[in-house]
Amino acid sequence: MRDLSLSVHHITRVEGHANITVDVRKGEIKELKLEIVESPRFFEAMLRGRSWEDVAHITSRICGICAVGHTAASLRATEAAFDFVPSEQTVLLRKLIIDGETMQSHLLHVYFLVAPDLLGVGSVIPLAATHPEVVKRALRLKKLANDICYVVGGRAVHPISMVVGGFTRPPTAQELGGLRQRLVEAVPDLEATAELIKALPLPRFENPTEYLALKSQAEYAFYDGDIASTDGDVTPVKDYRQKIRETVVEHSTTKHVSGNRQSLMVGALARFNNNHEQLHPLAKKVARDLGLRAPCHNSFMISVAQVVEAVHAAEDAIMAIDELLGRGLKDEPIKVPVKAGSGVGAVEVPRGTLYHEYSYDSKGVISDSNLIIPTGQNMANIEFDLRAILPQILDKPKEEIAHTLEMVVRAYDPCISCSTHLLDVRFV
Amino acid sequence: MKPKIAVFEFSSCEGCQLMFANLEAEILEVLGAVEIVNFREIMTEKGDDYQIAFVEGAITQESEIERLKKIREQAKVLVALGACAHLGGVNCMKNYQDQEEVRRYVYKERAEWFDTIPARPLSAVVPVDYAVPGCPIDKKELLEVTKSLLLGKKPSLPDYPVCVECKMAENICVFDKGMTCLGPVTRAGCATICPTFGNKCEGCRGLVDNPNVNSHKQVLQEHGLSVQGILNSFRMFEGYLEVAK
Repeated sequence: MRDLSLSVHHITRVEGHANITVDVRKGEIKELKLEIVESPRFFEAMLRGRSWEDVAHITSRICGICAVGHTAASLRATEAAFDFVPSEQTVLLRKLIIDGETMQSHLLHVYFLVAPDLLGVGSVIPLAATHPEVVKRALRLKKLANDICYVVGGRAVHPISMVVGGFTRPPTAQELGGLRQRLVEAVPDLEATAELIKALPLPRFENPTEYLALKSQAEYAFYDGDIASTDGDVTPVKDYRQKIRETVVEHSTTKHVSGNRQSLMVGALARFNNNHEQLHPLAKKVARDLGLRAPCHNSFMISVAQVVEAVHAAEDAIMAIDELLGRGLKDEPIKVPVKAGSGVGAVEVPRGTLYHEYSYDSKGVISDSNLIIPTGQNMANIEFDLRAILPQILDKPKEEIAHTLEMVVRAYDPCISCSTHLLDVRFV
Repeated sequence: MKPKIAVFEFSSCEGCQLMFANLEAEILEVLGAVEIVNFREIMTEKGDDYQIAFVEGAITQESEIERLKKIREQAKVLVALGACAHLGGVNCMKNYQDQEEVRRYVYKERAEWFDTIPARPLSAVVPVDYAVPGCPIDKKELLEVTKSLLLGKKPSLPDYPVCVECKMAENICVFDKGMTCLGPVTRAGCATICPTFGNKCEGCRGLVDNPNVNSHKQVLQEHGLSVQGILNSFRMFEGYLEVAK
């Protein structure tokens, strides 16, 4: 039985700072920690005293990668507090820009952050020389996804025109038509992406948990729905505090986010496990081709689920554009009835369900806020996976163990700068 | 020999680093002209022999001060990337609250685990050579600054307000639409993207060199902003500057 002492300082190719610490004595795990060393930013405190008009533009700055998602969740929370129902055009445009961000974030993760592991290199940079066609395809698809956000929101990182009540500048029919054509032309690139991930060896691993995602009767939910669990229960978004709980864990002074079990998973695989029947046709086919079947309990398959969702998002964007063009785009006046109240907004962002909750006074100034970030929800489950996989690889060389553990963390596509304040911080 | 470049981040959303990746059309050419030795967000290898450091994020912890000083010692050229590094950015909103209370509000009984100091821009800690302003930075400007540095030229930023670009873009004045705007005192160079997309300028690029802030504050007041509203406008990105105090 071996001893192992391991420390991976600043895990690379993840968004934010994290370390893994492992201590094994005579084959028994004495200590296994995912330590978060990102500096806290205190957004919930900073929001207090700010006007409803500025809130989404502030919370967008929580995360450069899921800025559209933070904006959407923020707008939904404010509109819920004001009992305001946005127009159908607004909802369609929000769904379209979320499709763009989902595509962009998933493709960035699969091509830039995961593929180097599977191709045995340290980053995407050497791939530009050895696999130029792969890198060029990645950049083409990423640009298309970002252009969706640009056309609809004015910018991919920190959108401008999405505001409480609607859009300050709806896109033109010509802009949407141009995107539609490029999306249709991107299908071969998306299929090639599926082929790439199919050819890459993903580790076999089984570790069932509770999978949570928004669920809607109407569609594969990103923008709207109730909180569904693969354990069978369903919770309305406004009651999220009853479902997502911070609990004290024995032998630890820190809290975990949990649902029915010790840990839970949100994100692409959790959405797939809950909502796979509602995927669009090409996405369904890609899932079948890639051997992704619900329920899937292999966390390494998150990357596969991301590819499936990127395809779904492209199909969904085409459908949203068709509906928008069919209805005709209107310059809708934005009138928001400001009043005192509280509201919760939840949307599916690339890494899982994102919750914003605000309380406003009668002038529309924030008095209280709560934000629950997907990576925070996944944190306990990442540790759960690390504990499950470590005994299976304990006979491997130290470097290989470190690499595999890093791959587990990276599979979740953690967004640490986003979720800092929710993560477990434990000092060695 | 290709210049060696490193990219680092402090307290930020990492969106400005993402803008490197978002240089989709030009990124391969940039990669051909430089050697990236340290960029944790996208690569495993870590080198410390860089000449140019691009640094994103504000300084909000004691430990960050030491890290930044080490980067400054190594780098021949240090570039502040984006509003957090350049101005302190949104992080400085917390400076106007009691720091102890802020920690307790967010972390409750775990507050003492989280070190925090009032947020500040890089230039409050070390000399900064150049800035790519904005929240987020503009891709074209990032490319221009990078090109200038590679050619050994001094990058320069426009020293006129956003209003100039806004007029050239033939936008309706934001004030005429009944909103208030920081465009009259904010440094141009963003192609007036926010007013063009129907919103107001929030001042993320910082002030021009000689802004007429007092007269601008008067204009804001005439358009119905309270003193608190004016301060809140400036504090969104510019809380570290005198104008917001």
